[in-house]
Amino acid sequence: MASGKEIRTKIKSIQNTQKITSAMEMVAASKMRKAQDRMAASRPYSDKMRQVIHHLAFAHTEYKHPYLLDREEVKRVGYIIISTDRGLCGGLNINLFKAVLNSMKDWAQQGVGVDYCTIGSKGTGFFKRMKGDIISQTSQLGDAPSINDLIGTVKVMLDAYNEGKIDRLYLVHNDFVNTMTQTPQVSQLLPVSSIKEEDELKHHWDYIYEPDAKEVLDNLMIRYIESLVYQGVIENIACEMAARMIAMKAASDNAGNLIDELQLAYNKARQAAITQEISEIVSGAAAV
Amino acid sequence: MAMTMHCDIVSAETELFSGTVEVVVAPAVRGEVGIYPRHTQMITPLKPGEVRITKQGGEEESIYVSGGILEVQPHVVTILSDTAVRAHDLDEAAALEAQKRAEQALKDKTGDMEEAEALAKLAEAAAQLQMIQKIRKQRK
Repeated sequence: MASGKEIRTKIKSIQNTQKITSAMEMVAASKMRKAQDRMAASRPYSDKMRQVIHHLAFAHTEYKHPYLLDREEVKRVGYIIISTDRGLCGGLNINLFKAVLNSMKDWAQQGVGVDYCTIGSKGTGFFKRMKGDIISQTSQLGDAPSINDLIGTVKVMLDAYNEGKIDRLYLVHNDFVNTMTQTPQVSQLLPVSSIKEEDELKHHWDYIYEPDAKEVLDNLMIRYIESLVYQGVIENIACEMAARMIAMKAASDNAGNLIDELQLAYNKARQAAITQEISEIVSGAAAV
Repeated sequence: MAMTMHCDIVSAETELFSGTVEVVVAPAVRGEVGIYPRHTQMITPLKPGEVRITKQGGEEESIYVSGGILEVQPHVVTILSDTAVRAHDLDEAAALEAQKRAEQALKDKTGDMEEAEALAKLAEAAAQLQMIQKIRKQRK
């Protein structure tokens, strides 16, 4: 049995760990609230964007944008993977990567290659170790990323799509369901699939394009994709904070349990030492 | 009473304006455009500049946008404002940078694995140091 002093130092060290984890929990909680606010603030933009794209689908445009057309043959696909920069957030990243690997498996069976774009250093590290082709990367965006930081990263993927290097583009990020639940999500960015033409609703009208349809639509589509990626990044931050909060709470609780157990062991050891001492004294006195 | 329409001005990071307006004047790439209710559907990029709106009742307000996209439906005007200053060259440079970062990350020896390895070595060295100090104390 461990001696009293040993147990005491162990308790002390666990207490220190507990202090750190509970501090991290509180920090994550306050950051999560801010991230949620930011998520709400960016929603009007993506809603409006979606609306405009929706209108476009109903308009009879004389110019069909390549992003709206399905490519029949898929030779290579691209993934934009949004992960966190820092760890200690439970299984958040690993679950996300598993989702990517799952969706990749189908492509691999068809002999389709994959290009990656990683946002966040955890994803970069993971897919680097997987020997994946990372063609663009960004990290250290901080807690309040701006769309500025993403333009270049996304453009690399869009250019690859334009040049026909990739024929599909997917976005992978964590979906913030609530504080307890975050689910990894793989959604198709290109070609834009959410737009389905409904025959009954077709009106015969088209926009006036200034200066011309191609330029306007190019502009719009790039912004649309960027806004989706941005939304994903913002949401992923909220997920990260929530996951970290939960993980740190669990760690603090576990530390508490451990301390209780060690305290019990310590008390027992102390009691045993005292009992032993007394019995020694008593037996010594009896011998005299 | 003047005819009105709904106007939304949003940027990626926040909502700038939402309400009922009589007129919207926006800096389109081909020159300033004034939109009144029942304007035909139109869509155009915007230059950086001032968007002037006349709210219901005649009160005017102006909002600065650094470019974006204007969409007009007969009773709804939507301005999707950019938060970033955009130019083709700038975007290109940003893209190149992202690619470079990716290449660097792949080359970089100080990935996560290496970091873990280094940390393990550090822990080992620290333990050795502690051991040496203990031995020294015993000798004294």
